[in-house]
Amino acid sequence: MNKLNFLQPDKNNLNTYLYTGVILVALSIFIVFLNSFFNKDIIYFLPGSISFFLPLILGFIGLHLIRIDYSGLKFLDSINKNINTNNFNAFLSLLIVFVIIKSLPPLLSWFILDANIAGDSKDVCTGSGACWTYIKIWFNRFMYGMYPNAEQWRINLSFIALAFLGTIGFFATEKFKKYLTLYYVAVYPVIAFFFIFFFISGGPIFFDFSYGIIAAVISIIIGFFIPSKFKMYYFIIVPITLYILLKYVFFYEELIELGKLEALEWVETGAWGGLSLTFIVSFFCLIFCFPIGLFLSLGRRSDFPIIKYFSIGMIEFWRGVPLITVLFMSSVMFPMFLPEDMFIDKLVRVIIAISLFEAAYVAEVIRGGLQALPRGQYDAAKSLGMGYWKMHILVILPQALKLVIPGIANTFLALVKDTPLIFVVGLLEIVGMLNLAKTNPEWLGFAMEGYVFASVLFFIICYAMSKYSYNLEQKYKTER
Amino acid sequence: MENRGITFGYGFLSQESSFDVQFSLIEYDGSHSYFRAYLVGLLNTILVSVIGIIFATIIGVVIGIARLSNNYLINRTAGVYVEFFRNIPLLLQIFFWYFAALRALPLPQDTEPMFGVFFLTIKGFFVPAFVWNNLDVFIYSIIAAIISIIFIRIYAKKKQENEGIQTPVLSISIGLLFILPILSFLFGGVDASVEIPVIKQLSQSGFTYEGGIKLPPELISLALALSLYTATFIAECVRAGVQGVSKGQKEAAASIGLTPNQVLKLVVMPQALRIIIPPTTNQYLNLTKNSSLAAAIAYPDLVLVFAGTALMQTGRAIEIVSITMLTYLSLSISISIFMNWYNKKIAIKEK
Repeated sequence: MNKLNFLQPDKNNLNTYLYTGVILVALSIFIVFLNSFFNKDIIYFLPGSISFFLPLILGFIGLHLIRIDYSGLKFLDSINKNINTNNFNAFLSLLIVFVIIKSLPPLLSWFILDANIAGDSKDVCTGSGACWTYIKIWFNRFMYGMYPNAEQWRINLSFIALAFLGTIGFFATEKFKKYLTLYYVAVYPVIAFFFIFFFISGGPIFFDFSYGIIAAVISIIIGFFIPSKFKMYYFIIVPITLYILLKYVFFYEELIELGKLEALEWVETGAWGGLSLTFIVSFFCLIFCFPIGLFLSLGRRSDFPIIKYFSIGMIEFWRGVPLITVLFMSSVMFPMFLPEDMFIDKLVRVIIAISLFEAAYVAEVIRGGLQALPRGQYDAAKSLGMGYWKMHILVILPQALKLVIPGIANTFLALVKDTPLIFVVGLLEIVGMLNLAKTNPEWLGFAMEGYVFASVLFFIICYAMSKYSYNLEQKYKTER
Repeated sequence: MENRGITFGYGFLSQESSFDVQFSLIEYDGSHSYFRAYLVGLLNTILVSVIGIIFATIIGVVIGIARLSNNYLINRTAGVYVEFFRNIPLLLQIFFWYFAALRALPLPQDTEPMFGVFFLTIKGFFVPAFVWNNLDVFIYSIIAAIISIIFIRIYAKKKQENEGIQTPVLSISIGLLFILPILSFLFGGVDASVEIPVIKQLSQSGFTYEGGIKLPPELISLALALSLYTATFIAECVRAGVQGVSKGQKEAAASIGLTPNQVLKLVVMPQALRIIIPPTTNQYLNLTKNSSLAAAIAYPDLVLVFAGTALMQTGRAIEIVSITMLTYLSLSISISIFMNWYNKKIAIKEK
């Protein structure tokens, strides 16, 4: 038998060291486990400070004993490599394990064991745990805000339809793949807008912009039959003439009266709220901020001083101020500059403000991508005789945008996380609704449950987004 | 604007404000001017930003290094922390700390003191305050220490460049930083005593603490949320920075005979800092701008005091919102000018 040296365990007495070490570690974990789950202190006979540190000391010695290099046991080696490389690491690992064991019972009991979900009033919440009944009762409010209960199917239906239309890209056949970009950039947002305006809001079919939209659609359809020689002039003249004709000659006021759908009740934007409002605001801001940011970033690198300094000014201004003051501005200052009879809806103002704000961040991210491209790409594109737009659309932007997918995803995430701020203008999305529900005299004292619920929701949304962006990044990664 | 009866002008700044602010660093009450109210708000914003920046840096660096650890448990714990706090909106975190976590604290009369002198109650955090005699001498001694340290550094650098001899700058600096203030205690007539908060009854059931410094719960929850949230971003910056230094650099430095300490100090850190500092400064700026969320929990910062209360009282929306935005704008533009200068200075000089 070889000599045992407990200060430097080696391979010769592997089993002795191993058994002693494993027993010590197991004992230490067992002590903490009993203490935290069953409230039993098996080392009560020791003085206070020693019984507090004893598991730590035991586990530490145990881990020291099983730290044997190249033991030949796969499991042991992987433990040593991952959590037990030296004394300091062993100590930290033990600490983390103990903290997890210690904090599990209170968390479990708060979330599940002592929590209540049955019943439909505050009285059932007698346990010391969470009161999920509160969330259950208020669930509709947290999801839809003040939207009338009877009309909520409209939101559900719109969201399901939009989600379905959004996933069309995955089912598209090769033949239609080339139209996908056009679909997502131009068609899908318009469809989404129609859904939200007509269906969720219940707005009249013919409103001020309808003439413009009709004019645009008609002129595009006719445009297919016009020889390409005249297309340029055609697209300048015809839509404007059509718009004027439609608005002032053909229909004028009658259509507005005609177009009011009686079937759907009008729900003003002030009543929208909850998680659905979070989705609506983030969706439209996402759609608007990207093209604005793209143009700003191109403008910043432009050769025309006016465009360049305008872009720099826009970017630096929006990046320099906090979002909350921007929203303040949109709610108190902006209406003063409008003509007196003109009124722009609160939600629209908020969406414009957030889009401009985030566009500045998107612009800076894209600029990073543009700067990262080697000059050769520009020169090569130019030498092929490409103009500015052709060069950017075909050569520069596809490469630059690919580089900045993580940055853009981060900006979008920041946007989603910024939406709760719209409470300053009185729009209550989910966090705002929580604060409202919290002050309800019948349901006082459940702030914790509400915030935990919203945190979990936001975590799921944002985490899914960040994982998706990571996948996208991997998908478009090309070796350079 | 004219037809709405709105006039434009900044004259209102010198008028009497006639509103009170709960918490202010400088003396302030309703008889002071609006300009002073602006200063109160600005100082409160700076206070919470500085506290947030300090804690965010400490937590961020620790978590960032933990993310690089080869210990699986530490690595994963840090990763969970980053993912968790980064993916929850800051406003929600502030509300959580303010309305849920800090509301669960005991009332002043039921509070058990921490270490005998700190009182964490629902009405705020009461900490002992130092009562100074001849505080100015003490501050002068610290300033003198810092100036002499700067001179010693310059001298040491020169000496190394000329003669190749290294001076133990760090130990001399630490020594100076301790010795001069201690000397000021011994000979400068500086004297400090500690004032411990004492509980005081206001009414039948109302209690509070007197003496010491009171940190209101608004400040605590705001600083807590800001630093926990921003720390996740700083941690990622730190991780990216250290990972950005290629292994070859360390090996090359070791192969020319530098000690591990010198490798870290002279080779790894300068290169890592070049990657770390620009995004981290950006995060500091974000933290300062995010501190405007204070308005949501009634911490009297610039937005709440000036763009909130003062705006409601005077109705001068354009002036007040423009001043507020200009303040933040000048802050961030000055930082971004500094960053551009710094970037140019540390950028690798390629031929």
